[in-house]
Parts: sequence; C-alpha cells; structure tokens
Amino acid sequence: MIFKKLNIENKKARDLIPQAITILALLSVIIYFATNAQINMGNRGISFGFGFLNQEASFDITFSMIEYDGSHSYGRAFLVGLLNTILVSVIGIFFATIIGVVVGVSRLSDNYLIAKVAEWYVEIFRNIPLILQIFFWYFAALRALPLPENGISFNDISFLTIKGWYVPKFIWTNFNIFLLSVIAAFIAIYFINSYATKQREQFGKQLPVTSISLATLILIPLITFLFLGVSLTFEYPVLKQLSSTVYTYEGGVSIIPELIALALALSMYTATFIAENVRAGILGVGKGQKEAAASIGLNKNQILKLVVMPQALRIIIPPTTNQYLNLTKNSSLAAAIAYPDIVLVFAGTALMQTGRAIEIISITMLTYLTLSISISMFMNWYNKKMAIKEK
Amino acid sequence: MNLIAKPSKDNIKTYVPIGLFLVSLSFLDVFINAFFNFNLMGFLPSQLSYFLPLILGFVGFYLIRIEFSGVRSLDVLNKNINSNNFNALLTLFTIFIIIKSIPPMLEWFILEANFVGNSKDDCTGDGACWVFIKVWFNRFMYGLYPDAEQWRINTAFLILFAVVGVSFFVSEKLKKYFILFLVFVFPFLGIKLISGGSFGLEYVESAAWGGLSLTFIISAFAILFCFPIGVILALGRRSSLPAIKYISIGFIELWRGVPLITVLFMSAVMFPMFLPDGTFIDKLIRVLIAITLFEAAYMAEVVRGGLQALPKGQYEAAKSLGMGYWRMNALIILPQALKLVIPGIANTLLALVKDTPLIFVVGLMELAGMIGLAKTNPKWLGMAMEGYVFAGLVFWVICYAMSRYSQNLEKKLSTER
Repeated sequence: MIFKKLNIENKKARDLIPQAITILALLSVIIYFATNAQINMGNRGISFGFGFLNQEASFDITFSMIEYDGSHSYGRAFLVGLLNTILVSVIGIFFATIIGVVVGVSRLSDNYLIAKVAEWYVEIFRNIPLILQIFFWYFAALRALPLPENGISFNDISFLTIKGWYVPKFIWTNFNIFLLSVIAAFIAIYFINSYATKQREQFGKQLPVTSISLATLILIPLITFLFLGVSLTFEYPVLKQLSSTVYTYEGGVSIIPELIALALALSMYTATFIAENVRAGILGVGKGQKEAAASIGLNKNQILKLVVMPQALRIIIPPTTNQYLNLTKNSSLAAAIAYPDIVLVFAGTALMQTGRAIEIISITMLTYLTLSISISMFMNWYNKKMAIKEK
Repeated sequence: MNLIAKPSKDNIKTYVPIGLFLVSLSFLDVFINAFFNFNLMGFLPSQLSYFLPLILGFVGFYLIRIEFSGVRSLDVLNKNINSNNFNALLTLFTIFIIIKSIPPMLEWFILEANFVGNSKDDCTGDGACWVFIKVWFNRFMYGLYPDAEQWRINTAFLILFAVVGVSFFVSEKLKKYFILFLVFVFPFLGIKLISGGSFGLEYVESAAWGGLSLTFIISAFAILFCFPIGVILALGRRSSLPAIKYISIGFIELWRGVPLITVLFMSAVMFPMFLPDGTFIDKLIRVLIAITLFEAAYMAEVVRGGLQALPKGQYEAAKSLGMGYWRMNALIILPQALKLVIPGIANTLLALVKDTPLIFVVGLMELAGMIGLAKTNPKWLGMAMEGYVFAGLVFWVICYAMSRYSQNLEKKLSTER
C-alpha cells in the first residue's frame, strides 16, 4: 500500500517539478526583461503606450492605395503599409498559383523536353535565395528598361519604363451598383449550383452549370451598364515633358518597379514549391482510380474533373497553404528594395522617427501573426470542405 | 502513291525522310537566324518567313509520327517528344526558345564579356564585366576582414575541410571522435581563430566580417544550435505535461507566424531595450540567436512530423524494456524519427542558408550585402547584373549540392520495411 501511494506521489511530483521549473524560468525571464525595459524607457524619457498612433506621421510614402500624405497619423501610415503588404501578397499568390500549377503539371508531361525544362525551372529558382532574386529583378533586370520617353508601349494604352509600368486608370460612375450586381451574380450562381446538384442527385439530370454560371456572371453586371447608369471610362497615361530631358507620364496608374520586382520574385520563387506540391498531389492519386474511372465510361475530361482533381486537391491544399503563408511572410523582404510595405513603413520609418521599438515591433509581429492565422484558418475551412465525407 | 495518306508503316520510306528533312530545316532556319543573324527564308513575305519554321517543323513532326514503326529510335523519339500534335508544338516552341536564347546568353557571359583589367574602363564589350567580380573577389569572400589576417579564415575552413575529408576514410570508432571534435570543439576553436584577441592574434571585430565566409559561419552555427533546440521543442510539444506542451506550442507558433526580417529587426532594435542599461551583446551574436530560434521552430515541426509517423509500438517496446523517457527518445525514437524526416531537415537547413542574406537588416554584410556595397561604389556603378548573377550562381551551387547530398543520404539510410 505504502509503496503504491509513494509511487503515485512520486509520479505526480515527477510531473509537477519540471513544469514548475519551466514556468518559473519563463516568468523570471519575462520579469527580468520587463523591468529592464521599464528602466531603459524611463532613462530615455519615453513611456509605454500606443498614443503615438494618433500623432502626425510627417513622412511621405511613395505608393499608397488609400489617400495618404505627411499630415496623416502613424495609424494611417500603418494601414497604408498593411494594404501594400496585402496587395503584393495577393498578386504574388495569384501568379505563384498559376505558374506553380503549370510547372507542376509540366513536370509530369509525357513530353520529355517540357518535363526537363519544368524540372530545371524548379531546380534553379528554388535554390537561389529569394532576396537575391528580388535584387536581381529590381537592380539588374528592371533597370535595363528604357526611360519614359522611349517606354515600351502596348498599343499606346500602357507603357513599361524604368520608372514603372503605367496602365490605364478605371474611372467608374455608380461603382456601388456594379459591385452589388457582381455580388448578386455570385449569390445567383450559388443557388444555380445547389439547384443543379439537387437535379443531378434526384433525377440524374446534368445541367450545363459552368456555362449558365458564366452567363449569369456576365449578364447581371451588363444589365447595370445598360440600364442602371453604371459606366466605365479609362484614363490613359500620356507622355509629358517636364523639362528639356525629363519626361514622365500623366494620368493612369503607375505600378512602381518595386512592386513589379517583388511580385515577380515572390511568385516565381514560391511557384517552385507549389509546383512540387502539385506534382506530388497528382502522383498521389492511384493509377487504379484513373483506370476505374475510365472503365465506367467517363471521358478524359470527366476523369480529370470528377476523379483525379478532387483527390489530388486534398493532397495539394495543405502544403500549398503553407506556401501562401510563406509568400505573405516573405513579402516583408520588400524592405530591402524600399517597397513601402508594413515592415519598411512602420518597423522602419515610423520606428526611426518615434523610437518606440517595443510597441512598433510588437504591432508588426502581431499583424503578421494575425495574417498568418487568418490565412491558415481560411485554408483549414476549405480543406475541411474538400476532405473525404464519410457516410 | 497517295501523298495525303495518314503516316503509317506502309509509307515510312517516303514520309520519314521528308519529315526529318522538314524538321531539320526548321531548326536550321532558327539556328542560323539566331547565331548568324541571317534569315534563310528572307525571300518570302515577312509574316510567312516568321512562322515558317513553326509550320515546317509541325508538318515534319506530323509526317514522322508513325506508330509501331519498327524503327526503335523513331519510336523512342515519337513517344518522348512527339506523341500528338499538341506535344509536337510544345517541343518545337521549347527547342526554338532554347536555340534563340543561347546566342545572347553566350555573348553576355563569354563572347562579349571582359575578363582582363582592373577597372571599369577595361570593360569595353557589350557583355558582362567579370573584371568587377575579379577585382572585388577578395571582398566578396572575406568582407572587410583585414587582408593580412585572411589566412586565419582560410586556416579555419581548411581545418574544417581536412577533418571532414579525413573522417570519411577512418574507421567507425575513430569517426565518432571526429564528429565530437567537429561539433563540440571546432566551432569555438574556429571562432577564436577568426575573431582573435588572444594567442598573439590581432582582434578583428565582427562588424568587419563579411562576404561568403560570413554566410558559412552564420549557417554553420545556426545549424549547430537550431538542431538540438528544435528536437527539444518537438519533444516538448508532444510532452504529456501541459505546461511544457503549451509553452512549446506557443513558442513554435510565435516564430513560425512572423517573418524572419521582423525577428531580425527585433534583435536589432527591441532586444537591447530588454537588457540592463550598458550591456552590449555583439551584433553577430544577436543575429545568430535570432536566426537559431527562428529556424529551431521550423525544425521542431519537421521533427514532430517524424515523431508522429513512428508507430506506437516503438514507444511501447522501448518502455517495456524498462527505458526511461530520455533513454527511450535518445536510443529508440529519435534515430528512427530523424531518419524519416531527412528531406524535411534538409529543406529547413536549405531555408536557413538561403535566409542568411537577410542579415543586411542589422548592417552585417555577407555575399549579397557585399555585392550591394560594391555596386554602389562610384567607380563601379552599373554592375548589379554581374554581381547578382555571380551571387546567384554561388548560392545555387551551395544549395543544389546540399539538396543532392540530402537525397543521397536519404537513399543510403533508408531501411526497407
């Protein structure tokens, strides 16, 4: 009896002691850091707090999606940086997915040359540090573009120059109505889809869902153009002479070279990892599945759409989510080429001006944590939707 | 003879020669056009001569696409690059692009490039100015490390390579001591040799270190430290003790959720605030701590994957032999788990090496940073392309070699189950 009791207590003690030591150690480190921070901040005459976010920032940002100038607050500057980070991440994710899928499928091509080219694409771009690729595009490749006066013109609508890519600007009237109509179209498509699924499951009828959805997506917004007073005009960039040798473009939207270089490098680098995921996913679908599908009389497209892709996607999505997360985090390398993302604007300029290291670094890190967690939550939801539903 | 008949074994004698002729003609046209800037088909209208190689090649490929021709090389060719019209087009495009891109590349890299000289003025050709790399090579390798002391870095790396080289040829028993020396003695010996300050060696502050050697030093130390920390974190995350488990989870997820660059920012500007006033920790050490902790979190997740993949029976078997927690993990679980995740470990280490250029954030300059410095030198403006191509090549060779080595290791250690 006594032995047994002792044993239990021993086990409990054995469990308790390391935990207690860990927590104590962690706490003492935190307390040590906190006291030091307090003393240091006291010495420098600054107090912890987030009030500085409302102060006037008084620095300019080269590229902003919302209205911003030096008279706006640090909070606004943070928002500008955050939006720029999101912008480059979304662009990067979009192109990385396209390139990644194309390269991944090409690696499995029965065409030897295509497969080899895709393989070497992956081997080359995966094994060069991303930051070097960004530097290469920004300092070497894009600097070789012509000056504004001899910009590469695409039908005189948009111009590619060393100072960036000038594209037409969309000028909307009644944009809200258009936006609502697009949302309405998506809702309609959702109902059409569920109706089609019902029809298929109950009566075995196949409806041309894709073409109906496409038609809805085009027709409903089109109606707003015709009857509800929505209109869209373009403002084209026009070359303008500033002085005898300096030219620039007026009007339109300028996509700055920093953004182009960053988006290029991010998407080409991340695409190599996505390509590997896609390849693994397609290889992961057993040959028997394809043969079984063929033997029940599905044609090639149906096999791909109904049998291979749903199973492959299940393998592809989780690691690809990770790559999307990596791309978002890697977009912070923007600071190296002065693309005004959250790190450069906030953890760089704003920190330099205010000297509030602890607050600013914490906000920046928390922002990235939130971004990471929200992307991974969205992907978990999608993943669950795609997972095998066992009856 | 019916000329429009489908290519088959019957008309192989006429179709294959014609087809091969057309295909070679199309390649020849592109080749001559690319290399000698002469348009063979120039006598034709411009649009037609532009597309002619494609049309010729396409028709040629169609003609030689004969199933079960009985000629082995033809069958292999058809199967690999010419299985249908779409594949034939892809093949043509790929080959055209390769042929077209060879001359400009060749010109830039070698033919028009400059190799001799010691200043920018010696670069007269249109191609690359490799003089830039030659002149700055020393800086790219050693950073701002004093010229007279560079033998110390060389010696350190020579010892490293010699020990690693010799360890391949000695018996298993001696090998153990070699590895122990490499892991526990050499890093500190090497760092002492490079930083100096005692044994009559002149002290070289870490701000002067740089170039490729700094890349190696940081990678080596980060790998050395992040591996054990990662393993401990992975074990902690799978621990049955809640406090340890959740602290490990929090630690891992915190590092994995933020970009390395913010961690480096933190080590540069925020970390000093947490230390008592007047304490100064060397920049390099702060950076090393940041990179190590950051990569350790990733390493932990990789190792955890291996731990989870092991069948439960392994744990039970170890326990039934009376092994304690540490002995079980050290002797039974980890050796198997780590072997399972060699590709993951290799990827993490590769990511670590590829992340080293980020130390520019705190003002340390390894290879990429030194190139940034060199290309802004007023005497060497406009050399970005050469510099980054060179750095890209160096990093590519390192990373490619690492990934190849890990693949070999995986094969060598794989045990059939």
